[in-house]
Amino acid sequence: MIEARGLSKRFGNVVAVDDLSFDVRPGTVTGFLGPNGSGKSTTMRMIMGLDSPASGSVTVLGRRYHDLPWPLREVGGLLEAKAIHPGRSARAHLLTLARSNAIARPRVDEVLELVGLTSVAGKRVGKFSLGMGQRLGIAAALLGDPGVLLFDEPVNGLDPEGIRWVRTLCKRLAGEGRTVFVSSHLMAEMALIADHLVVIGKGKLIAETSVADFVARSSRQSVKVRTPAPHQLSDAVTNAGGTVIADPDGSMTVTGLSAPEVGDLAAEMSIALHELTPVASLEDAFMELTDEAVEFRGGS
Amino acid sequence: MTAVVEAPASFEAELPTGRVGLRRAMAAEWTKLWSVRSTMWTLVATGLAVVGLCALSTGTVSPSDIIDDPTRRSLIGIFLGQLIFGVLGVLVMSAEYGTGTIRATLSAVPRRPLVLTAKVLVFGVVAVVVSEILAFSAFALGQALLSAKHAVGTSAAVAQRVQQLGVKVPHNVQAVLSGGSASLGQSGVLRAVVGGGLYLAVLGLLALGLATIIRHTAGAISTFVGVVLVLPLIVQALPISISNAVARYLPANIGLVMFSTHGAPDRVGPAFSPWTGFALLVLYTVVTLGLGCWVLVRRDA
Repeated sequence: MIEARGLSKRFGNVVAVDDLSFDVRPGTVTGFLGPNGSGKSTTMRMIMGLDSPASGSVTVLGRRYHDLPWPLREVGGLLEAKAIHPGRSARAHLLTLARSNAIARPRVDEVLELVGLTSVAGKRVGKFSLGMGQRLGIAAALLGDPGVLLFDEPVNGLDPEGIRWVRTLCKRLAGEGRTVFVSSHLMAEMALIADHLVVIGKGKLIAETSVADFVARSSRQSVKVRTPAPHQLSDAVTNAGGTVIADPDGSMTVTGLSAPEVGDLAAEMSIALHELTPVASLEDAFMELTDEAVEFRGGS
Repeated sequence: MTAVVEAPASFEAELPTGRVGLRRAMAAEWTKLWSVRSTMWTLVATGLAVVGLCALSTGTVSPSDIIDDPTRRSLIGIFLGQLIFGVLGVLVMSAEYGTGTIRATLSAVPRRPLVLTAKVLVFGVVAVVVSEILAFSAFALGQALLSAKHAVGTSAAVAQRVQQLGVKVPHNVQAVLSGGSASLGQSGVLRAVVGGGLYLAVLGLLALGLATIIRHTAGAISTFVGVVLVLPLIVQALPISISNAVARYLPANIGLVMFSTHGAPDRVGPAFSPWTGFALLVLYTVVTLGLGCWVLVRRDA
């Protein structure tokens, strides 16, 4: 269980994470979706206590990471592939982690076997490919057999076989009742790996929903309408084949009809409209944010 | 994807009692220290510098040379060794940042002061043991080379006669009389050899402290070299009234006093006594490490 509440982080004048609140529950794979530079890694680092939030808080298993008695036995994190001394062997790296958290030595070889690195266990990490680095990072995350797992872009640098292996692994870990939080900037990847989604853009929460719901909602267009005669318009829209959801602020959201169609319908029936706004779908919103991120990257 | 939400199996991690403490953190740091080759290489290089320079400075004297302080002469390699040893002290911390290992380290031991304490203790013990071994080795080698160069006959006879008469003679005369070499039994010699080792060890920890503040290998090494090598040059360039007041505070000059048997050479000017100087050096190191700890806790990893 991970609980973020009003989490914010600023780097100089740049707001990296902005008032982010979400829950990651055990027993399912939760995807953390957002374009590059949207604050996913920063959020992951804050969960693991590496970066401290400007405001807000995040807890794992009800505690701040800092207060976990045996961190590696409770939370396993893959934050960056190959963030390991290049002169150290894979086994030695895992051994240092194991010793810090009183994890029995045989477990080191067990996780090396699990990620398929047994044959290179004694080799220096500097010689590893990105994919091997990812596998070692996953081995480190699994070392303490923790109930909460954080994987930041775990499929980066993996071959197709490795990608499938990560998907299966995530699902298996969730199936065992663990909390699995996996980030990616690829929507297609998320759809395959996750059951739930936390979607962010520019550090803000865009959606917290199930993958099924996300996909369904993003394929429909919606229109926000405000009118002094909601009942009349609601009936008209329903008769024309649309769906109406009354929003708490008194406006309503229409799906199944486009903004011009709703406007024409209202004109026909002489219903006054105070607002008529096409609302971008989640996918549109996501793509927009991705585009902005790409532009930003191109300009710098 | 199924619409039906299955009740997830609940997962309970098996946790031992207690929590990650200093002993665990130290065990990890010990493994970390010895699992990279740079540790052994820098130690070997430090040894070559300390002992090699000793052999050079004691093996090349001619029998007619009067040696002011044979102990100091045999330990002079510490000044070269400290530069390499400082690199190791820097790397113990800066390599974590340079390679990103710091994030693995802090996720395993999130209480940051504990990480720094473990590093200081583990590296400190290694530093003291290695430095003392080097100091005693250099002393033994140096004295052997010095006495081999000197004809023992006349001076030994005079020395015996002086001792019989109970005459107090200056240290340098004492050294000449004892055949140009020192022994651990002479006044101040054991203290100088032990002091030389301690000086080397503490400078390694000072380097570790600088690296904790600066985080970058190159920056920390430059700063360390600046403190031990460049600062003395700057002080020397100052008017004598100022340099006399300041020079005694410099780590290098404190070190020189520490591994001399009877005070620093005249060119250093007024100096602290060996143990006062050592206490000051420890204070520098503690302050640097304290500042480093503050930075470590405050800043994002």
